[in-house]
Amino acid sequence: MTINSPSEKRLEELREQAWKDGVVAGSGVDVAGGPIPRKPGYYGQAVVRPPVWTWEIPIYFFVGGLCGMSAVIALAAAIFHHLDLARTAMWVAAIGVVLSPLLLILDLGRPHLFINMLRVFKPQSAMSMGAWILIGFGACVVPGLIALELHALHTSTGAMDQFLRIAAGLFIFGSAYFGMLLATYTGVLIGATAIPAWFLHRVLLPIHFGIAGLGSASALLELLGHRIAPLNAIGFFAATVESVLLVWLTIAKHGAADRAIHEHSSGWLIRIGEILSGPLALILRFFGLVPFAAVSFLIGALVSRFGWIAVGKVSGADPESVFAAERY
Amino acid sequence: MIGEGIESTNQRHHNFVQEKVEVGFFTDPTVCIGCKACEVACKEWNHVPDDGFTWSGNSYDNTGHLGASTWRHVMFLEQDRQKGNQVVGSHSLASGDAEDPFRWIFLSDVCKHCEEAGCLEACPTGAIVRTEVGSVLVQNDVCNGCGYCVVSCPFGVIDRRPSPLPDAGGAFKCTFCYDRQKSGLVPACAKVCPTESIVFGRLDDLRARGAERVQHLKQSGYNDAQLYDPQETSVRGIHAFFLILGEPEAYGLPPKPQIPTIYLKSAWTSAFATAIASIIAALLAFAFFS
Repeated sequence: MTINSPSEKRLEELREQAWKDGVVAGSGVDVAGGPIPRKPGYYGQAVVRPPVWTWEIPIYFFVGGLCGMSAVIALAAAIFHHLDLARTAMWVAAIGVVLSPLLLILDLGRPHLFINMLRVFKPQSAMSMGAWILIGFGACVVPGLIALELHALHTSTGAMDQFLRIAAGLFIFGSAYFGMLLATYTGVLIGATAIPAWFLHRVLLPIHFGIAGLGSASALLELLGHRIAPLNAIGFFAATVESVLLVWLTIAKHGAADRAIHEHSSGWLIRIGEILSGPLALILRFFGLVPFAAVSFLIGALVSRFGWIAVGKVSGADPESVFAAERY
Repeated sequence: MIGEGIESTNQRHHNFVQEKVEVGFFTDPTVCIGCKACEVACKEWNHVPDDGFTWSGNSYDNTGHLGASTWRHVMFLEQDRQKGNQVVGSHSLASGDAEDPFRWIFLSDVCKHCEEAGCLEACPTGAIVRTEVGSVLVQNDVCNGCGYCVVSCPFGVIDRRPSPLPDAGGAFKCTFCYDRQKSGLVPACAKVCPTESIVFGRLDDLRARGAERVQHLKQSGYNDAQLYDPQETSVRGIHAFFLILGEPEAYGLPPKPQIPTIYLKSAWTSAFATAIASIIAALLAFAFFS
């Protein structure tokens, strides 16, 4: 070992730094204030575990919310005789119902065991309920779309066509039922956990995810060419609710317990997402810039889903957030 | 009990599994010497893989925290407080009294095997089960690695094992040496503990023993000795409980752990209300703007 070796240089650096600042940054050394550690909890370590989920989950939240609520719009459109819109909405739902399980399986630690999700039916586990809701949704959307398409293309006449019409109606009703739960259960999924910033907002989360899903579905359908007044009205409704939720999040602060929502990059993701799908989408829609409002809402809905997962990672890794939350 | 001949409680054979008796761990830091034999025994018996060597700089603790590949973890706390009647510190020898109080505490942390377990309730595959002895067990061949138990544990114990370690992708935690218990053997960590800081036994016996130990320590000047066994929260008590000196926060233990299922009612109510509101909003939009 020579005097100029990298390790020796590093030691020199550390000595210089220690001499100047009294503090040596980096893992393993904590000399400021003497030998007693001053970090919160046990050496500042996480008390609960942050989520292990990666990019697939926020995208699934976005896709699931969008396709679930698309089926709700399909039901309303079918009831009020907007057959073309109902068809597009069911196509969106069907594409979503193919993508969603793929994203979920991709995120599993052992994707080949995905079928074990259907071993049990467990009401006290939001993850189990979600798996069954997705199954129910798929079981309604696919036959519903087939019946609707056959009916719309006039492949048959008389009693057969009548049967197709009724079958399509029933399956679309089922799709809307499971779809509205698919869009909102994700809020329960992360709301009923041990992560402080999540469980403190367990009432807000299903509202946010559900309404973001509704707004995304109508925005996508508008971008697909259905520029009609009812979708515009839904767009106004969703953007208004998202604006209210932005105010709610700003008012209902819980100090250190949910600071991940207001600080760090996770806080910025939440804010950018909420502004894009809330106030900005509302203003753009107010001035009649519907496509811009739709794009703004979609991007906002996606960004805020990433934001909430990021919030979980920051809040879960922060011991003080757990201690603070348990004082409420 | 300790002192009852050569064979201590930790060395006896038992048939708790056959008799379906609830068992537990009582871990006492006041007799722990920080040897980490429990960590080693746990890793060896359970074939828990090596998850890397890192220098933490946090006292003598280079294990970090409990996780998928760490099922026992000896904590090393350095506190500027008096430990019982001990006189310690750099000034105390010269001046004769404790002007510079200092204490070093070791505590072997482990899965708490909650009475109401967050991981067990959250598991969507039924991989996590309750055994005859009241412990919480992950069935490795059933777990598909969804990661929901990780965020549902109020103690941050269970975790998903990352690649490229063996058996990667599944969720892992302490098994309470269920395999050993079925054969009448004591869990590996308790078996090797040289000071019986980790005691294995019937849960009711251990709770009595813990209460007695706290009494004894308080009489000996350990005024901040207490049991950490949150029975008044929704977790309703833990089967691996601890004696601690001072506040639970210093050990990274949540003061009031709650099982996340208590949040389900309000969250689902909000979800159903939003779902119904969305349907109504969509119908009204088409009814009034068509």
